[in-house]
Amino acid sequence: MERMDDELHERSPSVSFTHNPYVPITSSNRRRLFRRAKWIFFKTADRNPGGAMDDLINDFLVESNENLDRLDSELVKLETDPSSQELLSSIFRTIHTIKGSCGFLGFSKLEKVAHVGESLLSRLREGKLSLTPEFTTGLLAMVDAIRNMLGEIQKTGQDGNESYPDLIETLNKLQDRDQPGPQKVNPGSPSPDDIPNQNQADFMQKILAKSAAPSPDSVQVNSLAPLHHESPSVSSSAGPEEASSAPHPPEETKSANVPGETIRVDVHLLDRLMNLVGELVLTRNQITQFSARQTDPNLVSPAQQLNLLTSELQEEVMKTRMQPISTIFDKFPRVVRDVGMGCGKQVLIEMMGKDTELDKSLLEAIKDPLTHIVRNSVDHGIETPELRVARGKRAEGHLKLRACHEGGQVVIEIADDGAGIDTSRVKNKALERGLITPQQAANMSERELLNLIFLPGFSTAEKVTNLSGRGVGMDVVKTNIDRVNGSVDIHSAMGAGTTIKIKIPLTLAIVPALVVVCAGERFAIPQVSLCELVRIEADAANSKIEFVHGVPVYRLRGRLLPLVYLDQALHLERTPESAALLGSAATIVVLQADDRQLGLVVDEIIDTEEIVVKPLGKKLKGVKIFAGATIMGDGRVALIIDVLGLAQQTNIVSEVRSRNASSHDEAAEIDKNKGNRQALLLIQVGQQGRMAIPLALVARLEVFAPAAIEHSGFQDVAQYRGEIMPLVRVSDILQITAGEKDASDVIQVVVYSEKGRRVGLVVDRILDIVEENVVIQNPSHRDGIRGSMVIQSRVTDLLDIPSIVRSAQINFDQEQPPVEDLVSA
Amino acid sequence: MSSTQQFCTFFLDGYIFGVQVEQVREVIRYQEMTRVPLVPAVVRGLINLRGQIITAIDLRRRLGMKDLPEGELPMNVVVRTEDGAISFLVDEIGDVIEVQDDTFEPPPETLQGLAREVVHGVHKLPGRLMLVLDIERAVNPDDLNGHIS
Repeated sequence: MERMDDELHERSPSVSFTHNPYVPITSSNRRRLFRRAKWIFFKTADRNPGGAMDDLINDFLVESNENLDRLDSELVKLETDPSSQELLSSIFRTIHTIKGSCGFLGFSKLEKVAHVGESLLSRLREGKLSLTPEFTTGLLAMVDAIRNMLGEIQKTGQDGNESYPDLIETLNKLQDRDQPGPQKVNPGSPSPDDIPNQNQADFMQKILAKSAAPSPDSVQVNSLAPLHHESPSVSSSAGPEEASSAPHPPEETKSANVPGETIRVDVHLLDRLMNLVGELVLTRNQITQFSARQTDPNLVSPAQQLNLLTSELQEEVMKTRMQPISTIFDKFPRVVRDVGMGCGKQVLIEMMGKDTELDKSLLEAIKDPLTHIVRNSVDHGIETPELRVARGKRAEGHLKLRACHEGGQVVIEIADDGAGIDTSRVKNKALERGLITPQQAANMSERELLNLIFLPGFSTAEKVTNLSGRGVGMDVVKTNIDRVNGSVDIHSAMGAGTTIKIKIPLTLAIVPALVVVCAGERFAIPQVSLCELVRIEADAANSKIEFVHGVPVYRLRGRLLPLVYLDQALHLERTPESAALLGSAATIVVLQADDRQLGLVVDEIIDTEEIVVKPLGKKLKGVKIFAGATIMGDGRVALIIDVLGLAQQTNIVSEVRSRNASSHDEAAEIDKNKGNRQALLLIQVGQQGRMAIPLALVARLEVFAPAAIEHSGFQDVAQYRGEIMPLVRVSDILQITAGEKDASDVIQVVVYSEKGRRVGLVVDRILDIVEENVVIQNPSHRDGIRGSMVIQSRVTDLLDIPSIVRSAQINFDQEQPPVEDLVSA
Repeated sequence: MSSTQQFCTFFLDGYIFGVQVEQVREVIRYQEMTRVPLVPAVVRGLINLRGQIITAIDLRRRLGMKDLPEGELPMNVVVRTEDGAISFLVDEIGDVIEVQDDTFEPPPETLQGLAREVVHGVHKLPGRLMLVLDIERAVNPDDLNGHIS
């Protein structure tokens, strides 16, 4: 007990608990209870230790489920390469193992299904039969049946009541079919899944051609090799690894060679580790805060060490939860095959970046949305072979999946070369369903129209198939991706195809957040939704916040920003002291929710902090406005605001009308409307120079330590958000003597971004932000300055940022090709 | 001979309540709580229990009793439920007692209202009655939603 007290005090030096929670109550009978309670607390085993049989069954389930996942892809692969003995043997072994274990564990129904599958496979392996799509379909159905039964075992401990007599009969029939020769195909064999016009001989020939062309690093082996084929075929294949003749994907081969190098770890243990590291990060934050005020090197240097080690540990533990996206991607060849068969289409699937890793929980979250998009692409996107040929395309559709890391996020692209989305049809459908009004429809841009497909209850499929087209779909995709703070973007060209781009964060466990205070309570806002902060001084607050029929709005660079008062949205009661804050300056946190912005009015901004997201109990799940809770540096709990939930609660995102600013080039607009009021950033360059930059051109204001400035060639650079950002000293360009500085002074940088690349403009000081009528009184012919004007009754030069950047010889087009070019090159 | 059970007891407005000892994770003194806006009033807030965030439910409010007088601080009884730990705010902690199964009786039919929902039954102790709390019912979110004040 005593030790625990000490620990607690060390952990949170700044808190003084009025009552120490761990001191036992004095009376003796209560002490007994505490002993009791403590014992319960230390008794960690929550789980009932099951019998040896339970453990066996668990192992069996885990192993079999993994094997089944592999079977799916192997069977589909086998279809493109039916002669591969290695594949056949591997499939046979898997089924054989499952059958054997079932017999031992007493799952007789499961054993029967596996048994017929095994016999069929054994005949295939001996070459007595040869594989047709019909066989594959039958075997895949068997895999599904086994999977269902395993699910049943997991739930009930029994293999269920269903014994799949139809499936067994089908498999038996297939087995009894008299088929001569391993490589010949019986032309008369009835094939219910047959594609129209399919020419079996052609099909086989092509498959042979494919398997005869081993190209280990050719990514598009399927699309490259059979380009010239006129006759349609069904074939689907996975990425490059599968194209080679290796019997297993490389990672499996690796683990098979070095069995001692990997161990199986319970996911819950990893979750627990992650939680502990989260705690450690919080404790580290406290220690760092405390040691920053100390001078004793005996504390300061271990504190720095702790800081580094914690970051490293956090990174490594995070890695243990990372899994390659191939765990999802590998299921898609089967999905594409099934959907393609179901609607008579032929689709090649090509996958890139399968080894891109992301957090396991995120993988779970995006699995269904991705599967849905893939199904949709095959079912709705890609046309029937006849139509494709008529349109001058290859009969086979082409579905391309690509995953990669980009700027701290994972980007997944699903591109098809199908019909594309007909925006006029989208518009009509939306009108027909009353999702938009005719006036709205007339004003919508192409991109806005495309985004309509994410509305609930929207589906453009002419006919409802059993696979998709029921009007639940893309909205669910969007909801699921929103839930993990991701975004979905869609591009489509009529006749050429559709590309859906999904961006998701790498991990959800630890996120940077902005901490704000409202009515005396602290709240954390995830930084991904944060756009900017606006502060309105007390005297201006009344005039700057205007009302539309009682609803507060703020003019943010000429556009109306709806305001939400956090205290009102949450029905917070104000104590007298926090009520006193009401009349003073207003702080607006501008947030992005979906494609709209909202201004959240809070009392105070504290800081940004790395927070560990902890889920709220189920009791509180119904409150959409909170995404979870976190523990702050002082040990108290703060709620995390779910920006989308907040926007929904306050009706910001329920309306269809878009205030999307993307169609406007704001900088251009400012030039057009010269003389309008606009916000200007006032800076000091050199000792005297007072300059102004239109705030719309400023991406961010940053501060760098002098040590963070590095050099690349003759260019000063700094690492910024995972990029190398060139730095331009404004004083050098304008040939002004820079102000004197101590070597220890921080460096103020105005971040400007153009064409997706950033440049840091080094200035001597940031002075203020003002809103002024921009009337240039003295146009300048000097490079880098547009002219001068009077601001705050002082002459101020208006900087011409693009020209400054040009004079610094930073060329956005050449210096570094955009990431996408690099990847495709 | 009938079997025995151990109960952790606590007081609410003069009544003795009990929960099975196995369901109790720990008992701690009053902790500062973070209010949660927009939830039923029975949810008093969130507690940081050595890094775990736990919801605190005010049992007085759950049972429709009046609040503790201003200035008196409740205790936390942290219990295990189907979905994680929950803390019950109670007036005071009592003894751990051992009771025989045969002293148990279901609540009388005349017990109505909020208490009926969460009181599983009564153990007849010498001179007193101990009300057995049904933990899962006491934290049932559907029931909680009915108590928005």
